[in-house]
Amino acid sequence: MEALRGVSLTVRGGEFVAVMGQNGAGKTTLVKLFNGLLKPTRGSVLVDGVDTREVSVARLSRRVGFVFQNPDHQLFCETVEEEVAFALRNFGLDQEAVRERVEWALSLLDLTRYREASPFMLSGGERKRVALASVLAWDPEVVILDEPTIGQDYGQKEKLRRFIRQIGAQGKTVIIVTHDIEFVADCAPRVVLMAEGRIVGDGGAREVLTDRALVERASLVLPQVTQIFLGLRDLGLPGDVINLRDAERAVLGLLGVGS
Amino acid sequence: MAVIAARGLTYTYPGREEPSLRNVSITVDKGEFVLLTGPSGCGKTTLCRCLNGLIPHFYGGRLEGDLAVAGLEVAEHPTSGLARHVGLVFQNPENQLFALSVEKDVAFGLENLGTPRERIRERVDWALKMAGIEDLRERAPHELSGGQQQRVAIASVLAMGPEVVVLDEPTSFLDPLGAQTIFEVIGGLNERLGVTVVLVEHRLDLASRYADRVIVMDGGTVVMEGDPRQVLASERARLVGVGVPKAVRLCRFLKERGVSLGGVPVTSAEASKLLEEALVTDRC
Amino acid sequence: MSVSLFDGFRFRVVSSPIHRLDPRVKFLFVSVLFVGAVLFSELIPLLVLFLAPIPLVVLAGVRREWARSLRGAAFFAAFIFIFNFIFPYFFPTAGPGIEPPIDTPMEYAVLAERALVMTLRLLVLVGSFSAFFLTTSPDHLSLALEQSRVPYELCFAFTTAVRFVPVLAEEAQTITDAQRARGLELEKGNFLRRVRNYIPILIPLIVNAIRRSLELAEAMESRAWGATENRTNLYVLRMRRVDYTLLLVSALVLAAAVYVKLAIPVPSVVSLLYP
Repeated sequence: MEALRGVSLTVRGGEFVAVMGQNGAGKTTLVKLFNGLLKPTRGSVLVDGVDTREVSVARLSRRVGFVFQNPDHQLFCETVEEEVAFALRNFGLDQEAVRERVEWALSLLDLTRYREASPFMLSGGERKRVALASVLAWDPEVVILDEPTIGQDYGQKEKLRRFIRQIGAQGKTVIIVTHDIEFVADCAPRVVLMAEGRIVGDGGAREVLTDRALVERASLVLPQVTQIFLGLRDLGLPGDVINLRDAERAVLGLLGVGS
Repeated sequence: MAVIAARGLTYTYPGREEPSLRNVSITVDKGEFVLLTGPSGCGKTTLCRCLNGLIPHFYGGRLEGDLAVAGLEVAEHPTSGLARHVGLVFQNPENQLFALSVEKDVAFGLENLGTPRERIRERVDWALKMAGIEDLRERAPHELSGGQQQRVAIASVLAMGPEVVVLDEPTSFLDPLGAQTIFEVIGGLNERLGVTVVLVEHRLDLASRYADRVIVMDGGTVVMEGDPRQVLASERARLVGVGVPKAVRLCRFLKERGVSLGGVPVTSAEASKLLEEALVTDRC
Repeated sequence: MSVSLFDGFRFRVVSSPIHRLDPRVKFLFVSVLFVGAVLFSELIPLLVLFLAPIPLVVLAGVRREWARSLRGAAFFAAFIFIFNFIFPYFFPTAGPGIEPPIDTPMEYAVLAERALVMTLRLLVLVGSFSAFFLTTSPDHLSLALEQSRVPYELCFAFTTAVRFVPVLAEEAQTITDAQRARGLELEKGNFLRRVRNYIPILIPLIVNAIRRSLELAEAMESRAWGATENRTNLYVLRMRRVDYTLLLVSALVLAAAVYVKLAIPVPSVVSLLYP
C-alpha cells in the first residue's frame, strides 16, 4: 500500500510551512523523505538540488535537521552537554567548534544551567528543549519539527511559536508537521493539507484553513474563530479570519471603533 | 452527595523536597462533570493518581490530609479495591492496553475482580456498546488508531461499573476529530449514565461545553473553581496561563472595548450567535 | 537468516480447524513427535516423524510460514550435517562398519546417513514446534497455560510481551531513524566501532521499555490487578471430540513408536542399498 501518491511539492529557502492532516495521512512519511530517511519508490526528492537517493542520511542531515516527536527516542547521554554535542561529533567538527556550538545551542534554548544534568532527570518540557538544542546545534538550514505541540500547555506553545519566528527570522526554513489547528492558525504559515497520502490543499493559512471542504477532506476541524465567523458573512465580516488578531481587527473594523 | 471529598490534601513524591500538592480541598458531587486544568506541572496528574489510590499505594511518598472517593478513604484502601469505584484513563493510549484483543482488554478488570464468566460477558458487551466500539471487538490493539485505543481504554474502565471515571489528558496524542469523539463518548457517559467525570485537559475549546464545573490548579493548589463560563472568562485564568478558548478571549476583548456580548460562549456556535446579536444591536 | 527462523514462530491471524484444537492436546502431539525423534536413530522413522505435521500444516493454511521457519533453521541444519559428517571422518570413535581409513562408498554412505539422522532430528524439532506455534494464537496459548495451573503472572507476562513485540519493533525503528538524523552512521568503522554505534539505539530503547512498564503497571493497578486470588476468565478451554481424537492419536503414535523401538529392528537405508 502506497503511503504517498503523486506528491509534488516545492519549498523555498526561508519559508515556514505547516504540513497538516489527520494521523495516518502521510505527513511524517513526507517529511522523512526530506532528510533521506525514506527514499521515494517513484519520482525524486531534491534537497538544494541534490537527489536524496545519491547521498547518505548523515550528509543530508547536515542540511536538514529533524526533531522527532518524542525526545525520549533520542536522549541517551550522561549529560545534556554530551547530548547536544553528539551530532556535532558525528559530523566531524573539531573539539573547539563542538564546544562553541554547544554553548550557543544551550543558551538559545535556555538550558545552560542544565549542562551537567542527566537528560533523564529533566521534566518533559525540558527534555523537549534538549532534543531541540541537539538538532539546532549544528545550525541546519532546514528544521523539521514533528508534532512539536503534543502535550504542551498554552504557555509552552506560545514560547514555541515565538521561537519558530525567531529562527525563521534567522533565515531558516521551518517545516512543522502537526494537526494542531489553533497553533497553526496563530502562526499563519503556508499550509499544506494532506489526506490519504495526497496533498489536497496548499496555500496561505488564511486561504486553506478557511476552506471548509478542504479542511473536512483532511479530516481536520476549522479554527475556532473561523467557525464563529462562518455564519456571519452577511454581516460584512471577512471570510479569511483564522486567529484572534484577525478576529479582533475584523470586528472592530466593522464597528468602526478604533483599536 | 459528594462522591469525591478532598480536604487539605498535601502530597510529596518520595525523594522530593517540595510537595506537588498543597492543601487541596475539593468536593465533587455525584453525576458532575468536572474539568480540571492548569499549566504543566500544576499538580493535575498528581491529583488524578490520588483519586484511585495510586498515590500513596503505588508511588509511596507522603500523603497528608483526607481524601475519600465513593465513601472510601483512599489511604486505607488498596488500589485494587478502589478500582471498582473509580476508573482512571491515562494519557498514552498504547500503554494501557495489555491483551491481544479488544474484548479481552475490556474484560481484564472484571477478570481481576473474579467476576463470574456470564457476568463478564454481559458487562463487556455493554461497555463496548457504550463506547461505540462493538465492531472492534476482535481486533488487536496494535492495529487500532489512537482514538480507537482510547475508546477501548474507556470501555475497559467502564466495564467495572465505577461511579467515577477520571481521565488524565486522554486526547493528548489524538488529532482533533479523534479528540472530539472521545469528548462525545465521555459526555454521553456523564449525561446518559450519570457517571461522575473528572477530566484533565488542555483542549478547553473542545471540552468546556461538557463541563458543569471547571477547577484551575497552579503550583499544586486550586486557584479557582466554579461555573465554566465564569472561570474561563476570568482574569485569573488568563494570568495562570490556562488555554482559554479563543471564543472566550474574543468575548473578553470586545468587552474591554465596550462591546458586551451578553454572555460567555463555550462553543463557536454560541459565540457566533452572541456576536451576531451584539453586532446587529450595535448597528441599530 | 535467523529472523525467518522466528517468523515461523510468529502467529498470523487465521482461523482453521487446526487453530481451534485445544493447545494442550496439540502440544502433547508435538511432544510425542519430539520424543519419537529422540527415540529413533534410524533415518526412516525420523523421516516419518518429520512428515507427520505436514497434513496439519496444510489444513491450517500455514504452509508458507512453516516452510520459512524450516528455511530459517537451514543454517543450523547444514552445520549439524557437516559437523556430523566431517568429525567422525577425522575422529572415527564409535559405530559399526566404520573403521579408518574411510574410503569405500558404503562407508561414506553410513557417515552420510548418520549425519542426516542428526540433521533430521533438529528439523523434526523445529518443524513440529513451529507447526504448533503457527497454529496456536498467543491468547489460546496463554489460556492453555492458565488452565494448566501456570501462575497467572507468567501467562500475563507472556501475552503482554507478545502484544508489545510490534510496538517495540516500531520504536526501535523510530529511535534508529532519530539517531541517524543526528548523523549516526551505523555501517561506519571497524567491528568495535560498529558495536558502539548501537549504544545510542539501545539506551533509549531500554529506558523507554522501563518507562513503558511503569505506565503499564499503573494501568494494571488501576484495573484491580491482584484484587482476588481467584481470577476468572472470559474464555475457557473445553476439550471437544476432535481434541480427544488427537489425544488418542498421540497416545497411539507414542505406543507404536515404543513398540517399534523395542520389538522391530529398523533397517538403515544404507543396509537397504547395500545388502
